[in-house]
Amino acid sequence: MAKTGKIYRVAGPVVVAELEAGMYDVCKVGKEKLLGEVIQINGGRCTIQVYEDTTGIKPGEDVENTGQPLAVELGPGLLSSIYDGIQRPLQVLRGLTGDFIGRGATAPGLDRKRKWDFKAIVKPGAVVKGGSVIGTVKESETVMHKILVPPNVSGKVVSIADGSYTVADVIGKLEDGTELRLMQIWPVRKPRPVTEKLLPVVPLITGQRIFDSLFPLAKGGVAAIPGPFGSGKTVSQQQLAKWCDADVIVYVGCGERGNEMTEVLTEFPEITDPRTGKPLMQRTVLIANTSNMPVAAREASVYTGITLAEYYRDMGYSVALMADSTSRWAEAMREISSRLEEMPGEEGYPAYLSSRVSEFYERAGRAATLMGAEGSVSVIGAVSPPGGDLSEPVTQSTLRVIKTYWALDAKLAQRRHFPAINWLTSHSLYLDSLAGWYAEKVAPDWTELIGRTRTILQEEEKLMEIMQLVGSDALPEKEQVTLLVARMFREFLLQQNAFHPVDTYSEPKKTYLIMKTILHFADLAKAALDSGIRAQRIVALKSKDKVADVKFEKGYEDFLAAANKDIEKEFAQLK
Amino acid sequence: MKEYKTITRVAGPLIFVEKTEPVGYGELVRISLPGGSVKSGQVLDTSEEIVVVQVFEGTSGIDLNTRVKFLGETIKLPVSGEILGRILNGAGKPIDGGPEIVPDEMMEITGAAINPYARANPSDFIQTGISTIDGTNTLVRGQKLPLFSGSGLPHNEIALQIARQAKVLGSKEGFAIVFAAMGITNEEARRFISEFEETGALKRAVVFLNLADDPAVERIITPRMALTAAEYLAFRKEMHVLVILTDMTNYAESLREIGAARSEIPGRRGYPGYMYTDLAMLYERAGMIKGKKGSITQLPILTMVGDDITHPIPDLTGYITEGQIVISRELHSRNIYPPVDVLPSLSRLMNLGIGPGKTREDHKQVSDQLYAFYAEGKDLRGLVAIVGEESLSERERRILKLAADFEAKFVKQGRNEDRDIEKTLDIGWQLLSQIPEGELTRISPELRKKHYGKH
Repeated sequence: MAKTGKIYRVAGPVVVAELEAGMYDVCKVGKEKLLGEVIQINGGRCTIQVYEDTTGIKPGEDVENTGQPLAVELGPGLLSSIYDGIQRPLQVLRGLTGDFIGRGATAPGLDRKRKWDFKAIVKPGAVVKGGSVIGTVKESETVMHKILVPPNVSGKVVSIADGSYTVADVIGKLEDGTELRLMQIWPVRKPRPVTEKLLPVVPLITGQRIFDSLFPLAKGGVAAIPGPFGSGKTVSQQQLAKWCDADVIVYVGCGERGNEMTEVLTEFPEITDPRTGKPLMQRTVLIANTSNMPVAAREASVYTGITLAEYYRDMGYSVALMADSTSRWAEAMREISSRLEEMPGEEGYPAYLSSRVSEFYERAGRAATLMGAEGSVSVIGAVSPPGGDLSEPVTQSTLRVIKTYWALDAKLAQRRHFPAINWLTSHSLYLDSLAGWYAEKVAPDWTELIGRTRTILQEEEKLMEIMQLVGSDALPEKEQVTLLVARMFREFLLQQNAFHPVDTYSEPKKTYLIMKTILHFADLAKAALDSGIRAQRIVALKSKDKVADVKFEKGYEDFLAAANKDIEKEFAQLK
Repeated sequence: MKEYKTITRVAGPLIFVEKTEPVGYGELVRISLPGGSVKSGQVLDTSEEIVVVQVFEGTSGIDLNTRVKFLGETIKLPVSGEILGRILNGAGKPIDGGPEIVPDEMMEITGAAINPYARANPSDFIQTGISTIDGTNTLVRGQKLPLFSGSGLPHNEIALQIARQAKVLGSKEGFAIVFAAMGITNEEARRFISEFEETGALKRAVVFLNLADDPAVERIITPRMALTAAEYLAFRKEMHVLVILTDMTNYAESLREIGAARSEIPGRRGYPGYMYTDLAMLYERAGMIKGKKGSITQLPILTMVGDDITHPIPDLTGYITEGQIVISRELHSRNIYPPVDVLPSLSRLMNLGIGPGKTREDHKQVSDQLYAFYAEGKDLRGLVAIVGEESLSERERRILKLAADFEAKFVKQGRNEDRDIEKTLDIGWQLLSQIPEGELTRISPELRKKHYGKH
């Protein structure tokens, strides 16, 4: 039921056409059939945001309405792919239009030729409903792809068979004639349904000490990383994508740098997943809509990303989505809104900014899926506040919905303290709900140690202010030791070198033992002070520096045990 | 092709033309004035009733009798191997008295986005001979690294020094230089050109000049012309191209002028909401492509309005480029050249271009350690101002001294001093060796053993 109309006006990425259409219908614009989406209807005219450059398009050219909303193809073959914001596979596009992205090039999201070995789980006669698993395909060495009945379909299976199929082949039929395929299609702006949303109680282990210890994120949780440019947002996002213990990673490069996406593309296939020993790329989907690619596709890219994430969640996997950066997404909304001449809200952003932001983050969560399993989508959104000003609308709308807040700090980055997360302004509301897990899986006193660490770091901040006034030598002995311990926390625990082969990943146990060692040192130092030993002598102890080197040690347990012994020995000698 | 005499409105750099045949978005326009002179423009908005055209040479002299012709094609730059050594105006016309360029090809100046999948990972270290860049903010082939400066600071000298000294170690290939001037003064432009002439660089350079008294709207196309020439040289002629764009602040101001003339809803400080995308379409044209030998490295220069790094122009630029080199007024007034403030400076691609086989294995750790101490030293200066140096601990006094030496020996160098990377790192070690070895926590024990006190 394709309808056609005529272009009335072209202004940059926005085209007005005389066309009968519904909101968010996908249209093919002009002779070159550029893809676009209806975003406003005004009488007989509708406004279309076009996902490609509109240069040369004229009024009077045809517009064809597909009558369908913007949708993605879901099925085996998503993993290790790299897509643009509207799920066009960039590798295939390169074959079509060369090194530069040409216009009007289309390619299906999933390869139509590749065959997959399908193993049926249900037999003819079985009654299935939306979300039921009917079979499996080994999508990569690490991920078993479960073939699901589309959410709005149910009935009795009349035929289904194992075999080698492409995503478009019919693999079975329901009684009412519905054909089942490996692939299904889902509109990106509509959340995929679940049976029930659950509270997140399991941490997403990231291998980054400051995240796992002080500011944990739960599987199914939402986090934001705001920070001015150069403070390490992208490196942090990439570290999370590399090392977090999700089953599937969706990495959305939304309006970011081309060279950075290339770095991800060259690095990921070379890095092995510490849990499976297989290349990380096999659990990753990349969406790259760099800053110079069309703005409307940038707006769509986060929705494309989260729809893919939800699809893997529906199979019972834990999925982590990194969106770098949500500010670019918000700016794309602003740009299009201003072309529509809508009444602007704060700083020119549309008035619906904050509702769009919360709608997006609400699609995260731990959930009981339709198939009866448990899956989760964790969302980590980078925010790039202009001028580092956290009071701007995007940061503020984000802060209202997220639970874990990793505040990047330009000053820390300048002194090469990485990850440059400010431990005083960051927070995590998951600390309590995850305490049980940590007590059981890592150490019973985990939460207690975290509490002590935070207290010492807080105290340091206060002492620093005093020191600004009186100088460090004028501080009382006890406080000088506190400063020393705080410095040990900063340098040995919080700082982590993403580029060092060992230090780049620190398992929770290692994090715990480092924390424990430093606190052990603090206890001994306190006892020594109490027995009348001068702070200067404690500060001069050599054994503490050894703890720093554990970051670069694989056999950290023995190393730390030895370091602890050295520390004890040195303290004993002080007496 | 029809000519229209239906201009109904002229506002700032824009003209509004009524009742035309369908006109394509972005089309090139020829405007013939009653006096016989001709201007060119581009379609910004097109509908059945009215077409909005931005006029590159400014709208002065345009009246309701002016004739407008839509050429049915977009703006293109004629390119050939001959463009090397030429000086062109901001719209790509030769102004050096030489012949017109006989094109091999006409290239669209908008430039399509490089498919991220086709990009090659930049990893070739470019030695600029400037310690603060090579040592602590390394430039890599295919990178876009802007100079954030202020008016009255020697950013042009630094850019010229980089253009003069830049080389890739172990490679004989030189750089071709594409230089785009946007709204800079005649005098500044002369200095660049005479420097290029003296060093013989002009032979392998293409110069685009839109000077302070040239039409402001033309500035919108000048960098696009320059980058198109760069793409031609890099990806068709397989050359390594260094693009210097100066001054991006003037470019952004032209963008604002057009936005205001169209009565668009302004974003921060009156700059249009799409400025991020617009700047990205320039900066993202740096890079390398898999299977192609050439590369485009960009060195945009921008003067920060009121030295404010949070102003929209440096701010948006910083979010797009792979780092920034910040020129400091304070260092400049203390007579330190090049006055690069390393703390807010950053090269995001540094880690790809350094290390064993590229520079030296200790590079990253030396750089991190210097940063950490220098940052601490600068904080301590604030403290000294309040409590005096006496109340500092011995460790703190050492770091204070290191910060001063860092500026005097590492940052400061001659205008023609071409330090190689070995020298730069050795100076780093000389400075670090003032600190007891155990306190160099950013440096691994093996490297400390190898270099500490040895340089």
